Amino acid sequence: MILVFVETDLEGSAVGVSLEAVTFARDLSAAGNGVPVDAVVVGTVSDALRQELATYGVRTVHRVGGAAVESFSGAGWASAILTVFEATGSIVVMAAGTDRGNEVAAHIAARAAVPMAANVLSFSGLAPFVVTRQVVGGAVMEEMKLHQRPAVFTVAGHAVEAKPAAEHGAGDLVEHEPEVAAADLLARVVSTDEPEADLSGALSSAKVVVGAGRGVGGADRFDDVLELTELLGGTLGVSRVVTSAGWRPHHEQVGQTGSRISPDLYVPCGISGAIQHWAGCSSAKTILAINADEEAPMVTRATYAVIGDLHEIVPAITAEIRRRGYAG
Amino acid sequence: MTGVLVCVKRVPDSTDEVVLAEDGQSVDGRKSGFTMSAHEECAVELAVRTAADGGEATVVTLGDSDAVEQLRSALAVGCTAATHVQAEAHRFGPADVARELAAVVRDHEAAGQAHDLILLGNDAADSGDFQVGIRLAYELGRPVVNGASTLSVEESADGPAVVARGQGPDGLETYRVPLPAVVTVREGGVEPGYPSVPGRIRAKKVPIEERQPVAEPTGPGRVRLTLPPPLPSAVRILGEGRAAAPAVVDVLEELGVLSR
Repeated sequence: MILVFVETDLEGSAVGVSLEAVTFARDLSAAGNGVPVDAVVVGTVSDALRQELATYGVRTVHRVGGAAVESFSGAGWASAILTVFEATGSIVVMAAGTDRGNEVAAHIAARAAVPMAANVLSFSGLAPFVVTRQVVGGAVMEEMKLHQRPAVFTVAGHAVEAKPAAEHGAGDLVEHEPEVAAADLLARVVSTDEPEADLSGALSSAKVVVGAGRGVGGADRFDDVLELTELLGGTLGVSRVVTSAGWRPHHEQVGQTGSRISPDLYVPCGISGAIQHWAGCSSAKTILAINADEEAPMVTRATYAVIGDLHEIVPAITAEIRRRGYAG
Repeated sequence: MTGVLVCVKRVPDSTDEVVLAEDGQSVDGRKSGFTMSAHEECAVELAVRTAADGGEATVVTLGDSDAVEQLRSALAVGCTAATHVQAEAHRFGPADVARELAAVVRDHEAAGQAHDLILLGNDAADSGDFQVGIRLAYELGRPVVNGASTLSVEESADGPAVVARGQGPDGLETYRVPLPAVVTVREGGVEPGYPSVPGRIRAKKVPIEERQPVAEPTGPGRVRLTLPPPLPSAVRILGEGRAAAPAVVDVLEELGVLSR
């Protein structure tokens, strides 16, 4: 059996990358004589979530509850998920390639004394089980053997498209309330501050992101880029150069060590497209780059590009938007 | 007095173009140069700040002889001791590295040097395994917080504890964990320190503890590294300078991102 740790948001819905992981698990199941795919959810499982997972082909939804897992702890959650794993005899344990998914998977692998592969894109063989995963911020791919059981890995965001199954699963609910050792609860979340409205979360879910990089030229030169952001109803995202220089705060950073974005439209202004940055924006559907250098990687990888000084081009664009009667 | 150990890794400075070694087992950084992972630069800064209460900030790395450069960088910004496990890093998987780091901790503690707080980066910029800190915590039987961007050590009735904060999926999360503990650090909470001239001079004089791995590595399970095929550029250049503005707004209208 393949067990997928499914993460839920504050509303109790499955997060997108978890649904992608379930889709990946189904492909794996199809290649492996149809071994069933089960999901494990920590916390609350609504009827809507159970039904949604059933449409994704999930046979059984294992709900892990109880006071021990009410607030997050990597060790505590992994210990609870492992009791489900032991009860069901899984051969594969998977999670989404999110921060939390990677963390919980690493705990599971360490506890089970098996390897773990983070941010897997695909698999190419079952015996031995070989996966291809992203390394160096997605600039390099690594083929890796996962020879021990359970095979523990996480699925990189956008590695597959989340798709409901042709044949729905039963989606039966099984409740678990495992005991968790006190030592596994030493490092647990004691409080969570609601994110401020304009902080990081906004970037990863934004439909339009306007990017700003080294080409902006200074902390006091963001007015035109910010105005364009507002007119497009978007969110500002910046490169690491910008945050390292102290021009903008870190929570606005897009990249390998910042937010991963997947907007419908990304408008990087004065961003060359180094690996560190590309790691965070490669999932954008359409890229409209504004850059002085037509050879810059961001320009050659973009859908559209304008060449020249962003401080001339951006104000001309905002003026044209207003001239055509759009108010933003 | 908090004894802090910070673990760093020498990684290729892969900004633009990545070149692979001929055997496909590692990234060839000779052209790009080398650096320390970004998360670890912040971990070093947090280690130095935490140990400023009279404790020692020790930096450790597992790598070839050139990895001493990263130890010197950490010493230049305030670490006070350094340990070098001499090994070819690409032959060591995350579990191997965790075992070697745990051996360093045990040996140091047997010699009377406590590492109450162990800091690592959340994930290495090259291998991106997301697990060395967690495996190290299990090796040592210590609690671990992942992905903290700020931290401080506080005294309480039960003894010292680390209060660590980091961005979680639902907001800024706070952990309060009794020492000894392991924390992995994510960039964003502190500015990495910049080495001063006296710092660089001091760094050159600090003796580095050289040691060998305690066990043969089982390896990272790597078959080979490959570069994704280069995508043919399909960019449509809309124009140059401000004259391109109408063409840009035509595209924005097509995409339906403008509203009245």
